[in-house]
Amino acid sequence: MDTDTIKIVRMLAENVDFFYGSTHALKNINLNIFKNKVTAIIGPSGCGKSTFIRLLNRMNDLIPRSRLAGNIMLDGENINEPNTDVVDIRRRVGMVFQKPNPFPKSIFQNVSYGMEVNGIRDKNVITEKVIESLKKAALWNEVMNRLDESALCLSGGQQQRLCIARCLAVEPEVLLFDEPCASLDPVSTKKIEELILGLKKEYTIVIVTHNMQQAGRVSDYTAFMYLGELIEFGHTEKLFTVPKDKRTEDYITGKFG
Amino acid sequence: MKEKIYRWFFSVLAFSSLVFLAGIIFVLFKEGLPIFREVSFFNFVFGSSWYPTYSPPEFGILPLILASGLVTAGAMVVCVPLGVGSALFIHELSSERTRSILKPMIELLSGVPSILFGFFGIVVIAPFIQTTLNLPTGLCGFTASLVLGIMAIPTVCSISEDALGYVPKSFREASLALGANRWQTLTRVVLPAAGSGISTSIILGMSRIVGETMTVLMVSGGAAVIPTSFFIPIRPMTSTIAAEMGESAMGSSHYHALFAIGLVLFLITLALNIAAELISRKYRMKLGLAQ
Repeated sequence: MDTDTIKIVRMLAENVDFFYGSTHALKNINLNIFKNKVTAIIGPSGCGKSTFIRLLNRMNDLIPRSRLAGNIMLDGENINEPNTDVVDIRRRVGMVFQKPNPFPKSIFQNVSYGMEVNGIRDKNVITEKVIESLKKAALWNEVMNRLDESALCLSGGQQQRLCIARCLAVEPEVLLFDEPCASLDPVSTKKIEELILGLKKEYTIVIVTHNMQQAGRVSDYTAFMYLGELIEFGHTEKLFTVPKDKRTEDYITGKFG
Repeated sequence: MKEKIYRWFFSVLAFSSLVFLAGIIFVLFKEGLPIFREVSFFNFVFGSSWYPTYSPPEFGILPLILASGLVTAGAMVVCVPLGVGSALFIHELSSERTRSILKPMIELLSGVPSILFGFFGIVVIAPFIQTTLNLPTGLCGFTASLVLGIMAIPTVCSISEDALGYVPKSFREASLALGANRWQTLTRVVLPAAGSGISTSIILGMSRIVGETMTVLMVSGGAAVIPTSFFIPIRPMTSTIAAEMGESAMGSSHYHALFAIGLVLFLITLALNIAAELISRKYRMKLGLAQ
């Protein structure tokens, strides 16, 4: 066994099928997401990787005429049970989106929003948590003197880190990143990647990316998806050096994608 | 060469409405201003008696302005909650099927000629108000407010609904992903983001109400006195012009006074439209949709 002897499954997909209307978008996906690890999901556009990650916090509930089969478990509980509180699931499984999407509110309000909607009223608690979250998201030094300015005045990279801070403030267990660097420049991308590596000590992280180098840099495990199927899943190093499947090999060597 | 002709032709078409607008403004000033030789602007606007046919005549339009204001305020109380409420329902809660029925229905309401609203007011609402509230007549400010409010619902609803549609989906997703429920997402993120668009809808609804003529003429009762109550007959500016234009001798003081009322009305709606434009511009900037 290698270094990671303790492998705790935090989330788990079991025979997951997903349909948009009559389109079969995900086909029998089985995947473990380990605690305090970064799991990358790679694959060409349209392979279902974003669809999959959005199932992990039930964001696809918003899509009309979609249908899910199979189980998605968080700490052993099925998140799609009828009596599961979807609001609670989304609080425990935070999400950072492809395009930075801060609210048109102040920097402070963006971070405090999640706490407020979850019923935290104590101003001191909120302020402390906002500061802590901004520090964790490596944004504090850049915004400490202008917390009341609109979040839309920040650069794209800063906005994305603000979105990360906003997620951290509600104390999630799992963080989902849906191509978080797709609209960012290389310098901002590097910052986000460093951040992800730092955050895995405390959180379980899933990142969707179509940038294979990025998957290689930040992840412990990588899943390769193609045409709605999970083709291969394993240690990032192994998947990139000795892929078992011909399609994985073709994709990572750039034969298609 | 051909392209030049096309360009020229369409420029003329595009600027024609500007010409019409300029023409209207010119006529309003030309025919309205002479009244101020007889009565000062201040006494015209703030004078409390409108007796244009007495001798000597009195041209104080304060009762008319107040009547317009009262009716408009009352109508806003009706159309804002109903219009914004239906927009929220259509946009946030209704299924696609309900929406596909409801939206055209509401838009159809905006196509109903105003005289039919007047009929409806006279035949249905006025008698109902009269008997329910035990009034001497049902044709009063309250009835006019009600009918005008109903008329303005489509304006408010459809522009509010557009404003809600402009709120990027990503705001909603971000809010839900942070564990906010639908109601919190609506009140704390979607509504503030759509706020200025909704204000625009309200202002445009207001300018529609202020300018509406036929309906108020039919249901407001028509007494040019300072409105001391919602439940007495009143006479807003528009219905005054419509009712008296036919009986005033062309070129008389009365005639000029009616044009001056039109001028005041025009300035009020102009101010409302400018306000709406400024607000909606600010709003598009806030959402990063324009520079």
